[in-house]
Amino acid sequence: MKSYNLTHLQELEAEAIYVLREVAAQFENPALLFSGGKDSIIVAHMARKAFWPGKIPFPLVHVDTGHNFPETIKFRDEYVERIGATLIVGSVQKSIDEGKVVEEKGFSASRNALQTVTLLDTIEENKFDCAMGGARRDEEKARAKERFFSHRDEFGQWDPKNQRPELWNIFNGRKQMGEHFRVFPISNWTEMDVWQYILQENIEIPSIYLAHERNVFVRDGVIMSTTHFIEQRETEPTVKMKVRFRTIGDATCTGAVESDADSVEKIIEEVAAARTTERGTRSDDKRSEAAMEDRKKQGYF
Amino acid sequence: MDTNSYLDMELLRFSTAGSVDDGKSTLIGRLLYDSKSIFADQYEAIEESSRRKGDENVNLALLTDGLRAEREQGITIDVAYRYFATPKRKFIIADTPGHIQYTRNMVTGSSTSNLSIILVDARHGVVEQTSRHTFISSLLGIPHVVFCINKMDLVDYSEEVFEKIKKDLEAFSSKLNVKDIHFVPLSALKGDNVVNKSENMDWYQGSTLMYLLENIHIGSDYNHIDCRFPVQNVIRPQSDKYHDYRGYAGRIAGGVFKPGDDVMVLPSGFTSKIKSIDTMSGSVEEAFAPMSVALTLEDDIDISRGDMIVRENNKSEVNQDIDLMVCWLNEKAIVPNGKYAVKHTSNDVRCIVKEVKYKVNINTLHRIEDDKSVKMNEIARISIRTTKPLMYDKYSRNRTTGSLILIDEATNETVGAGMIIE
Repeated sequence: MKSYNLTHLQELEAEAIYVLREVAAQFENPALLFSGGKDSIIVAHMARKAFWPGKIPFPLVHVDTGHNFPETIKFRDEYVERIGATLIVGSVQKSIDEGKVVEEKGFSASRNALQTVTLLDTIEENKFDCAMGGARRDEEKARAKERFFSHRDEFGQWDPKNQRPELWNIFNGRKQMGEHFRVFPISNWTEMDVWQYILQENIEIPSIYLAHERNVFVRDGVIMSTTHFIEQRETEPTVKMKVRFRTIGDATCTGAVESDADSVEKIIEEVAAARTTERGTRSDDKRSEAAMEDRKKQGYF
Repeated sequence: MDTNSYLDMELLRFSTAGSVDDGKSTLIGRLLYDSKSIFADQYEAIEESSRRKGDENVNLALLTDGLRAEREQGITIDVAYRYFATPKRKFIIADTPGHIQYTRNMVTGSSTSNLSIILVDARHGVVEQTSRHTFISSLLGIPHVVFCINKMDLVDYSEEVFEKIKKDLEAFSSKLNVKDIHFVPLSALKGDNVVNKSENMDWYQGSTLMYLLENIHIGSDYNHIDCRFPVQNVIRPQSDKYHDYRGYAGRIAGGVFKPGDDVMVLPSGFTSKIKSIDTMSGSVEEAFAPMSVALTLEDDIDISRGDMIVRENNKSEVNQDIDLMVCWLNEKAIVPNGKYAVKHTSNDVRCIVKEVKYKVNINTLHRIEDDKSVKMNEIARISIRTTKPLMYDKYSRNRTTGSLILIDEATNETVGAGMIIE
């Protein structure tokens, strides 16, 4: 008898496409949050698949802290152009200029926390009733219980005590005026699934995910890229290292790892090896830094 | 694991349910630890923590102990999803806590599972909770049930104890609709028969729990016989190249679709032939559950979201009067003759609750016919009438076309989970 089995990546993809199509059907004005990071890239990739040969029927929204890696912005603009999508940029700088938020000062100043205000403003200004994102349940403890369709009240807040039960694949996107939803199509993916999918689909990613020579400095054990957004202390000299970034958020709070992985295949090996070698005698190779971050991210296990 | 083998893995979703003392957290911790899915330093951290508390063994339950913290912080305890992988399969665990809102959580966690792990304490045998677990697994149509007879170390790894419990469970399960049942004697604490074969139970010739999880045949868990395609969206690209393109997007809920197949659109009854099955990577020769695809048809007929494409000689039910088992999820009890919004596949309708036929005592499986107020965490058989016909199958035949949710129209909360009987 013929066997009708999907691989786990095919099944996860089918699930995500189903969720994206539900969003298009259930909401009037949805948007896809797009940071240029790998998670939002694969969501955008699957959004193209979901509505092919039509275009993605919603805009991509980038909440721009103004403190980006230039490689990310270059990638973002080229990607949006190539797939023919609409890009809306919510600017943290604008929120600062309008006095809605106050910029942090000092050596560890970051605009990471300010993004929330800009995001909610962008949602309100554009009257979005649903914002999709690339968050995954394996990222942190609180996310392990997040729904695919996550209800937000009129203040944009999440009430974990009052989540709607989510059964089968029936998603309840009903809401009152002024409320909106956050939707997470790749809830069930792990970091490994994301990399394997990028490999399988041959998806283009920003160059800084791959190992490259870079001017960096070390602060509190974390390798930071030198940039004019960050003030370095005297004890934090610039050095050249071969590094890659595992996540690419705001440049002021995104650390790099030392790595030789200059291809997606090598990244996958690195992610896999970081998990296995960690268990024996601590392997003192360059992968241990990667594992360190991994452990922080997966702390709840 | 190398790159290619990872690309060939299957996905297994399983649920675990239980109370604090039955060893559920220890079992999950053991699965993660023995399958090398956790890091050395995480292990060291719980080792240290166990030592501080004076525990004799390393308390693997601490690995999954998010729930205790939640209780202290007053966050809702409900289904938590956890992930791990072996070279053969990726696993999604729907981990549901035991005590509070037990039924609601287990129903939610079970709704997408292929397999249910039911823990039985070897010292106590089949207790009320075992019956509840088994009944809910059966009600939710989980195809595979694995009874883990845990704490075998505390009954001297006795074959007699295991056989007795197994016999009791078989007798109980025969009253229920569970397709595939397994029994594993194990000790989550000591690691017997979880991932590694026990040296203490030579008499047991069966598989370890991990072997079952990695090898149970899940290819037939979906219905590949009755063709069901609920239309989610209609794709009409506004471009010159695809000017006349009209694709029906959806996720296949059953059967195998091929180009050239004669199909019928419900509820209209129009017939046509499948012209192509499209994906962005190209057209495919066949599509089956749970694939997400787009169908094009030979004829230009009016189809929209909520319609269902089936084979002409194998139609689903099309009906407005429906009987279902409902699990009530909301603090506000079911309202007799109340009106609710209904979501079923890609369809939105409204319904009126015409009758509560009986409630089920989930511990004894007895019908309760003299008290028909259905409160949170209760399960009842009800009759509804919908404003428009639904295209459905019995839940026992198809978990996608046989399930629906009821929504309170005032609060928009999901208040009921329904499994269609007829």
